[in-house]
Amino acid sequence: MKSFSRRKFLQISSATFASAAALGTINHVTKGSKLFAGDKTKTGTYQVPTYCNLCFWKCGAIATVKDGKLWKIEGNPLDPLSNGRLCPRGTGGVGAYSDPTRLKSPLIRTGARGNESWKVVTWDEAFNYIADKLNTIKAKHGPEAVAYFSHGIGGNFIKHTFKAFGTPHIFAPSFAQCRGPREVGFELTFGDVIGSPERTDIKNTKCMALIGSHLGENMHNSQVQELSQAVENGASIIVVDPRFSIVAGKAKYYLPIKPGTDMALLLTWSNILIKEGLYDKEYSEKYGIGFEQFAAEVSQYTPEWAYTETGVEAKLIIESARELARYKPASFIHPGRHVTWYGNDAQRSRAIALLNALLGNWNHKGAFWQPTKMPIPPYPYPAYPEAVMPRADNPGKKYPWAGEEEGLTNGIREATITGNPYPIKSWVVYATNLMNALPNQQETLKAIQNLDLLVTIDVIPSEIAGYSDVVLPESTYLERYDDLHSSPFTTPFLGIRQPVIDSPDDQKPNWWIAKQLAGKLGLGHYFPWNDIEDYLKFRVDKAGLSYTELKEKGIILGAKKPVYIEEGVEEKFNTPSGKVEFYSTQLAEKGFDPIPKYEKPEEPPVGFMRLLFGRSPVHTFSMTQSNPILQDMIEENEVWINIDIAKQYGIKNGDYIKLKNQDGMVSNKVKVKATERIRTDCVFMTHGFGHQSKALFNTYQKGASDSHLVTKYKTDPIMGGTGMNINFVTIVREA
Amino acid sequence: MHELVNTRHNLQIDPHLHIWGWEIGVYLFLGGIVAGMMIISGFFIFTGRAKNPKCSCFWIPSIALIAISFGMGALFLDLEHKLYVWRMYTTFQWQSPMSWGAWILLLVYPVLIANMLLKLPEFIQNRFSFLKKISDTLNSKDSTMRMIGVISMVVGGFLGMYTGVLLSAFGARPLWNSSMLWILFLTSGLSSAAAFIHMAAHDVEERRMLAKADNTFLMFEFVVIILLIVGHLSSDLVHIESIKMLISGAYAPVFWVFVVGFGILIPLIIQLAAVNNKIRYTAIAPVMVIIGGLILRLVIVSAGQASNWSTSVFK
Amino acid sequence: MARYGMVIDTLKCVGCMDCVVACKTENEVPIGYNRDWISYETTGKFPSLHQEIRSERCNQCDNPPCVYCCPCGASHISETGGIVLVYEDKCSGCKACMAACPYGARYIHPEGFASKCTFCIHRVETGELPACVSVCPTYCMSFGDLDDPQSDVSKLLASRSNHSLIPEAGTKPQIYYLT
Ligand SMILES: Nc1nc2c(c(=O)[nH]1)N[C@H]1C(S)=C(S)[C@@H](COP(=O)(O)OP(=O)(O)OC[C@H]3O[C@@H](n4cnc5c(=O)[nH]c(N)nc54)[C@H](O)[C@@H]3O)O[C@H]1N2
Ligand SMILES: Nc1nc2c(c(=O)[nH]1)N[C@H]1C(S)=C(S)[C@@H](COP(=O)(O)OP(=O)(O)OC[C@H]3O[C@@H](n4cnc5c(=O)[nH]c(N)nc54)[C@H](O)[C@@H]3O)O[C@H]1N2
Ligand code: SF4
Ligand code: SF4
Ligand code: SF4
Ligand code: SF4
Ligand code: SF4
Ligand SMILES: [Mo]
Repeated sequence: MKSFSRRKFLQISSATFASAAALGTINHVTKGSKLFAGDKTKTGTYQVPTYCNLCFWKCGAIATVKDGKLWKIEGNPLDPLSNGRLCPRGTGGVGAYSDPTRLKSPLIRTGARGNESWKVVTWDEAFNYIADKLNTIKAKHGPEAVAYFSHGIGGNFIKHTFKAFGTPHIFAPSFAQCRGPREVGFELTFGDVIGSPERTDIKNTKCMALIGSHLGENMHNSQVQELSQAVENGASIIVVDPRFSIVAGKAKYYLPIKPGTDMALLLTWSNILIKEGLYDKEYSEKYGIGFEQFAAEVSQYTPEWAYTETGVEAKLIIESARELARYKPASFIHPGRHVTWYGNDAQRSRAIALLNALLGNWNHKGAFWQPTKMPIPPYPYPAYPEAVMPRADNPGKKYPWAGEEEGLTNGIREATITGNPYPIKSWVVYATNLMNALPNQQETLKAIQNLDLLVTIDVIPSEIAGYSDVVLPESTYLERYDDLHSSPFTTPFLGIRQPVIDSPDDQKPNWWIAKQLAGKLGLGHYFPWNDIEDYLKFRVDKAGLSYTELKEKGIILGAKKPVYIEEGVEEKFNTPSGKVEFYSTQLAEKGFDPIPKYEKPEEPPVGFMRLLFGRSPVHTFSMTQSNPILQDMIEENEVWINIDIAKQYGIKNGDYIKLKNQDGMVSNKVKVKATERIRTDCVFMTHGFGHQSKALFNTYQKGASDSHLVTKYKTDPIMGGTGMNINFVTIVREA
Repeated sequence: MHELVNTRHNLQIDPHLHIWGWEIGVYLFLGGIVAGMMIISGFFIFTGRAKNPKCSCFWIPSIALIAISFGMGALFLDLEHKLYVWRMYTTFQWQSPMSWGAWILLLVYPVLIANMLLKLPEFIQNRFSFLKKISDTLNSKDSTMRMIGVISMVVGGFLGMYTGVLLSAFGARPLWNSSMLWILFLTSGLSSAAAFIHMAAHDVEERRMLAKADNTFLMFEFVVIILLIVGHLSSDLVHIESIKMLISGAYAPVFWVFVVGFGILIPLIIQLAAVNNKIRYTAIAPVMVIIGGLILRLVIVSAGQASNWSTSVFK
Repeated sequence: MARYGMVIDTLKCVGCMDCVVACKTENEVPIGYNRDWISYETTGKFPSLHQEIRSERCNQCDNPPCVYCCPCGASHISETGGIVLVYEDKCSGCKACMAACPYGARYIHPEGFASKCTFCIHRVETGELPACVSVCPTYCMSFGDLDDPQSDVSKLLASRSNHSLIPEAGTKPQIYYLT
């Protein structure tokens, strides 16, 4: 028998880069229809290496075009993030191209905001309109009155335009709605952040505890691949989740925790490690500061007490703590990623960091690695104008550890509503669906009413696009170049995104939009390069690498550097004390608990259950539900309800119900998944469904939107993140 | 507690198999009744009854010819790749009941035509002299006639059995997977054919004879149904689960009321009374038998598709 | 003669459906149809639950009723690897094969012919793995020659407990699930 090579050697010739002719209009996709109709006039197959944009992990990919049609997208075997294997969303990226709802041309609003009535305009008209408004706002209120929101690498060039414009207001939901608290918690403890991709060494671990992190549903590629290696290696997995997640099915210990009580568990685990002398004593003595206070503080948290708070049996808590200790330092508590849960998330993340400190595992093999990155010099742009006014998203540094780089999305929203500390008059939104990403849609709508200009740059008619004054259609990642990509990882590498196929309509890439808009704003000199390739080539050359090689291979690997203490990384902590801060003077100085404390979560009112949410493995947030291939996998979300509760309500698997939250907000109808796999005090659904934008016609109102029901949120006093797991819902039996 | 979630969503497969609708039920029914007609008319020919001027020997095969054509029409309607139907006749797959069936159906035509030729009505004889010639030759020798009668019964028998074997060969469908099924379909074909003929027969004696035969077939059919049920119930879990659909499950009302009640027992009682001259003969009972025969096929086709291995095993 | 089969590790599979998506693009499986799919089977009572996740497809049976019942000779056992394939231009769309398959592995393509997993024979013949196997981010699927004791699949079967699906139906399925 033939041997099966991992993949045939990539045959990528220079002909590869010949661009394919524009394809005809895209037909609506119905059941049984052929997605794959190609251009009959083209024959032959070519492949283009690029990197994926179905989420922010940026896996190296190779797209194949056959007879003029985009056929498939596979992983680039050279890429350390994907190892040649994409996640289902990346594989289904083909559907991002053929999405029947795609925006085709620039639009200017004609009806009331949110009416989704538009006139089609030329790019020039759109840019003139935007530039005119922006310049007026700048003249009247200053450049600070403009806020730019973006998520992902695609936003880089437009970000440059707005920095040149003079606004300090650059935002991404990845801080205050996602991983901000984690970065703050770890930074306060170890003096360093977790970062993205997470610096967790899952593949080498002997024992790992997951607090919520639902790997396998959360499909961040490298993490999932490593999870499988951990399973293969027989690592002990401890899963703490109110829901029997996919990874819970792989766990040695499953802790069915009561939502919102993780802190009790974490502090109790710490106490057990200390009490039983299982922690790395030498490590904490050598590298720690404030250990004694910490030990004294946590001594109050006993397993028996924790049982009453968390619902997790004391025996299970003790055994799992011992398991973690058994394998230290090749064991760790995963810091999670989406951690904006209860508004005390920075402290919970700190408790996680401290537990890791007890295991003495920072930068130790089997726990965390020290990221390495390919150094790529920046493009030498002119300096940006200095901001005149301080930022408006966090006036007076109310949240001392709010992110500077990604800003407080919710903070700027508040400033836009109140006009304090000064008015915000325009939002420019790139690749973030603020209606679904931010909690409390009513507040977002209120803020929007105060804007003179709302511009959305998207590939599909998202909800936020529906409320915009101008909508600009971007080419998908398969049709454009983007900025160079070199994530901090275990191996330094550089990746390139390049066009695989032409845009089907009048869509344009972000770099072109950025440059044109800058030109219209009189900021043309900030874009000294003519074409994106000039920019890319300049930087790659400057780094001493071959641009041709990069284009051909898609990935260039750098020399491997040590990433573990075991390989020679230094035990170094960038905290003020230069130590692992068991007791945080920094926090104490700002009036916060220097050592995390447990607070009881609010109980759901009678007849209500806590609303929890997470990921569907085949969808990304609210951006893939209209992708015909991914939609064909999962078309609508379900609400998970414990089977006994379902019985009480007389509802069955597959019934449609509605959910009503504590503020009377009622969801779309949603299918019930009556299951053993969740506690009785909460329900669960995957995020992103239940679209309200009519223009997303193939997914409009399919499933329910968690964002719609997250009317309440609790702001983390340390870093300003929005805890969103504090909403309660009840079942409405209609539909 | 057992939860089984499956992400497949294929048309005609999920949530359970439903590839065959009324077309196949009608086809199997018509195949069955034609088989019955062939056996009965073959029997008449064999026994020399065809010589009786009032014998239904011409019109049975003609009606059978029309019926089988409708049956094949229904089958054709069911095909998904219609232009490729001829592919059935470029091969003979001996393991495939359907291939057997396709070829048997081809045999049915010449046999029915031969039957018809044996007893050509006057007006056709007068019109087409060559037909008369053939008819005369066939009639000339008793042995030829008897031979045609035997062939008709044999081919009819095969046809009748095949309609059942077609389904029972599907091991994947526990409900169908019974060696009783071909007997059931054959008997039901016979009872429907007998009912049809005695309803339409001109000859009083023929009617009486066939009504009696019909009663026998119906009694036998009832016994076969009981045996089929018992056979399933004494088999493994999947077979038990599958037969439960008929005896107490979703298909039970139709099965007991229309197939067994109105299709077998009530007409049986009526016909028993009629042949014993307790009541006057009417067409009610035979119509019930025929409709019962059709419903039997529809129910078995439908319920069989719902029966499968996985759901029963995992319940 | 090779006998192709798959061995799938249910302990590693996360049920992400990447295999399903990959099959869809590689084989241009029309929207609304699946050649492969995932089964999630949970037993027990919360929180003591056990879950088995399986990526399922045509089991490429050794005793394939779908082949036997086909009146057109369209369904056949392939020369390469002893797997079950369909000649699309011989198929009449009678659906007997669908009725015969205990696994629901077949469907009628919108163009009328019966279709199902081919083990990506077009890839296998050029030395590649089937699309679903080659994308799986958990590396839980193995493909190879079950007749070769040195193949990965044979070694896995020899070393781990495993089961196939509904062997009671007598089709001799050739996809094995490691447990
Ligand atoms: N397929 C797919 N993968 C993705 C994404 C995507 O959109 N699609 N998005 C990516 C991004 S940006 C992020 S941030 C991550 C998010 O993925 P994670 O960081 O894994 O997100 P979590 O919020 O931890 O995941 C929700 C899980 O937490 C559980 N949970 C809810 N409340 C509690 C609680 O109080 N305590 C405990 N212990 N558990 C709780 C839920 O039951 C659920 O299983 O996913 C990433 N991966
Ligand atoms: N209720 C609730 N809120 C949440 C979360 C949750 O689980 N539940 N998760 C939180 C987390 S962890 C995160 S990271 C954020 C994510 O929040 P977002 O990043 O805002 O995610 P999406 O809602 O998917 O919005 C992304 C938008 O980008 C568009 N887009 C995709 N590709 C391109 C492109 O190439 N070019 C352009 N111009 N646009 C593109 C999509 O069409 C979509 O409209 O949401 C947070 N908010
Ligand atoms: S994790 Fe998946 S969606 Fe994200 S970049 Fe990688 S392949 Fe694409
Ligand atoms: S791709 Fe792999 S891990 Fe994902 S469902 Fe398929 S077999 Fe399981
Ligand atoms: S799984 Fe079904 S289709 Fe595949 S070979 Fe077996 S019986 Fe035939
Ligand atoms: S549908 Fe096609 S492949 Fe299937 S049994 Fe009929 S002819 Fe054969
Ligand atoms: S082997 Fe090929 S055809 Fe079969 S399920 Fe996998 S990808 Fe689809
Ligand atoms: Mo996130």
